[in-house]
Amino acid sequence: MNVLLVDDEIELVDTLAERLNMRGIEADWATSGEEAMAIEGKTYDIAVLDVKMPRISGIELKKKLQVKYPGTHFIFMTGHGSEDDFRAGSAEAGSDYYLVKPVDIDILIQKMNEVLEKASE
Amino acid sequence: MRIDSERTEGKNSQTRPMTTLIEKLKPKFWDHRDDTAGPFNRMFNFRFVWKVSVFLMSAVALLPLIFITVVDYQVTQNAVRSEILFRTSRLVSNTRRTLYFFLDERRAVLNFIVKDNTYDDLNNEVRLSELLNNLQKEFTGFIDLGVIDADGRQSTYVGPYPLEGADYSDQGWFKEVVERGSYISDIFMGFRRIPHLAIAFKHDLPNGDSFVLRATFDTERFEDMLSNLMISGEGDAFLINHDGILQTRSRLHGNVLEELNLPVPPFSENTQVNETSDEAGNRIILGYAYIADTPYVLMIVKQTDELMKPWYKTRSQLIGFLMVSITSIIIVVLGIVTFMVSKIDQADQRRFAAMHRVEYENKMASIGRMAASIAHEVNNPLAIINEKAGLIKDLFTFREQYSQDSKLIGQVDSILQSVKRCGAITKRLLKFARNMDEVIGPVNLVLVVREVLGFLEKEAAYRSIQITVNADEDIPEFETDRGKVQQVLLNIINNAFAAVSEGGRIEVVIKHRNKDSVMVAVIDDGCGIPAANIRQIFEPFFTTKSKIGGTGLGLSITYGLVQEIGGTIDVKSEVGEGTRFTLILPLTYQKKPDHREKSNECTVGG
Repeated sequence: MNVLLVDDEIELVDTLAERLNMRGIEADWATSGEEAMAIEGKTYDIAVLDVKMPRISGIELKKKLQVKYPGTHFIFMTGHGSEDDFRAGSAEAGSDYYLVKPVDIDILIQKMNEVLEKASE
Repeated sequence: MRIDSERTEGKNSQTRPMTTLIEKLKPKFWDHRDDTAGPFNRMFNFRFVWKVSVFLMSAVALLPLIFITVVDYQVTQNAVRSEILFRTSRLVSNTRRTLYFFLDERRAVLNFIVKDNTYDDLNNEVRLSELLNNLQKEFTGFIDLGVIDADGRQSTYVGPYPLEGADYSDQGWFKEVVERGSYISDIFMGFRRIPHLAIAFKHDLPNGDSFVLRATFDTERFEDMLSNLMISGEGDAFLINHDGILQTRSRLHGNVLEELNLPVPPFSENTQVNETSDEAGNRIILGYAYIADTPYVLMIVKQTDELMKPWYKTRSQLIGFLMVSITSIIIVVLGIVTFMVSKIDQADQRRFAAMHRVEYENKMASIGRMAASIAHEVNNPLAIINEKAGLIKDLFTFREQYSQDSKLIGQVDSILQSVKRCGAITKRLLKFARNMDEVIGPVNLVLVVREVLGFLEKEAAYRSIQITVNADEDIPEFETDRGKVQQVLLNIINNAFAAVSEGGRIEVVIKHRNKDSVMVAVIDDGCGIPAANIRQIFEPFFTTKSKIGGTGLGLSITYGLVQEIGGTIDVKSEVGEGTRFTLILPLTYQKKPDHREKSNECTVGG
């Protein structure tokens, strides 16, 4: 499983990527939308995006990445509240999955698997 | 909102039963002080407004009335008085004229006798007695006739007394008749003890001698004339001489030849009428006239009070009318002013309450925004801590070296546990903040109650307050404004917290009442609310008088919120026993038209 993590908090993505790697999941990370778009020569099964980032928000980034990586699935992470809140903001982006920070790594992995399972159906 | 501070008030009103009626009549605005009214607070001092309005309205209504009544009083009184004086004056004049003619007639007849008879004829006793006889036939009251020579000796006399030869030369009247030609005497008692008066004439003879003819007659005719006068006002008509000696009987002022108990009025040629008072201090009307060529003064005395009796009756009617008018005007003015000022006061209170609601809503919105922002900001570092601690744990777990060190793992686990707790707190905060906005959606009442209690569980633990929730199993989810329900419950439960002491109990009962409504009751065993205050606790500003605690808006806002979601709230309380707030919510939400919607949008929605 190839995963791209995008969050403006380097400490978060860096650590999260390392932990995922330790669990056998290949994870790259970027700290902004621009950085993420700059990555070349890779494909990802799943991209985990922070909703609230400077310049390019997670929702905008999703639209761009969808073009760049047509087969990629998206999961959002947000520091903001809950389902209702998130839905209101991301409705147009049509996101399927979201997680509220702080995220338990086991739950994140579980979510990723769910996404892939659902996609393969 | 704390209501315990006001629970101690109210005692006063119970210990003073005397004042309860006044308390009942006293309009609500009387004690209402709008401390926050600002620079124009005089406009909101309703006691002052009331006083000024009552004063001005009463003045405008009463002054013209009183003025007209006083003028009318004066005019009528003067009219009555001058009528009385005029009538008295006329009576005096007429009577004087009658008396004058009476005397003049007798004087004329004697004058005629003197001129028609020679001195010798008159000195002839037969002739004189014939004359007397004729006089007595024509004019009643003649008693005797006498001829007195120039030396004052009575030369001839006819009459009942042996007066022939009597010498009058030393007597004042003789001197006066010699000097002035005629004389009318004061009244005197004759030998028969009957009041008499004498008339004398001097006649000059051609030979230069002179003599005097003197006649006396009793004054019965006088008396009859005066006593037969119809005099109103217990009046009295009589004659006095110039020295104040009564010449005729009077009814009230003494008998003949007694001294009059009133001062002799000053001389006047005309009839005079005065108001004065008699010896006893009674007010009298005194009319008098000096009768020309006689020593008599005719006096008519009337009792003013008797004469004014009809006027007194009119006066009482006038005063009665005035009093009734004033009373009814004052009652109407008081009623109208009290009603109007009460209305203004109510409007002001509503304005004030609305202002405070907006303030409250703004405050809650700010709190909501701040809570959301804090939660969001805290969540990010929390996520980093979470990952870092997770990584440490991963490192320990994945590397054989530490995997057996349960102590280290335990430390990391506890960090992760704390992160979870923090996350739970921020989530709850965010949820609460979001509910500040008006969102109609399905609400699980039991869950909301538990959430609200969640905010207070730490305080409950510190104060060892026992909280129990008894919920029916079948409470349905229903559409309503979740934020409002939450605020209402928070307010009520907060009140319960404020009321109970350490170790107290709070019970929340949730019941599915019927197919239309559910009930939430919050029951505490706290200090309770006095009966006197219980009616007022939902009114705005109820606590504004207390020194501590909030604005008194908590329960009024709660009341408003409950109404907005179509519910009812009710309170029962016993001092020392506890309080029970009962909230009934409808299961179908009907949005009420809200005139403040616009302001909500710009203040809360931001």
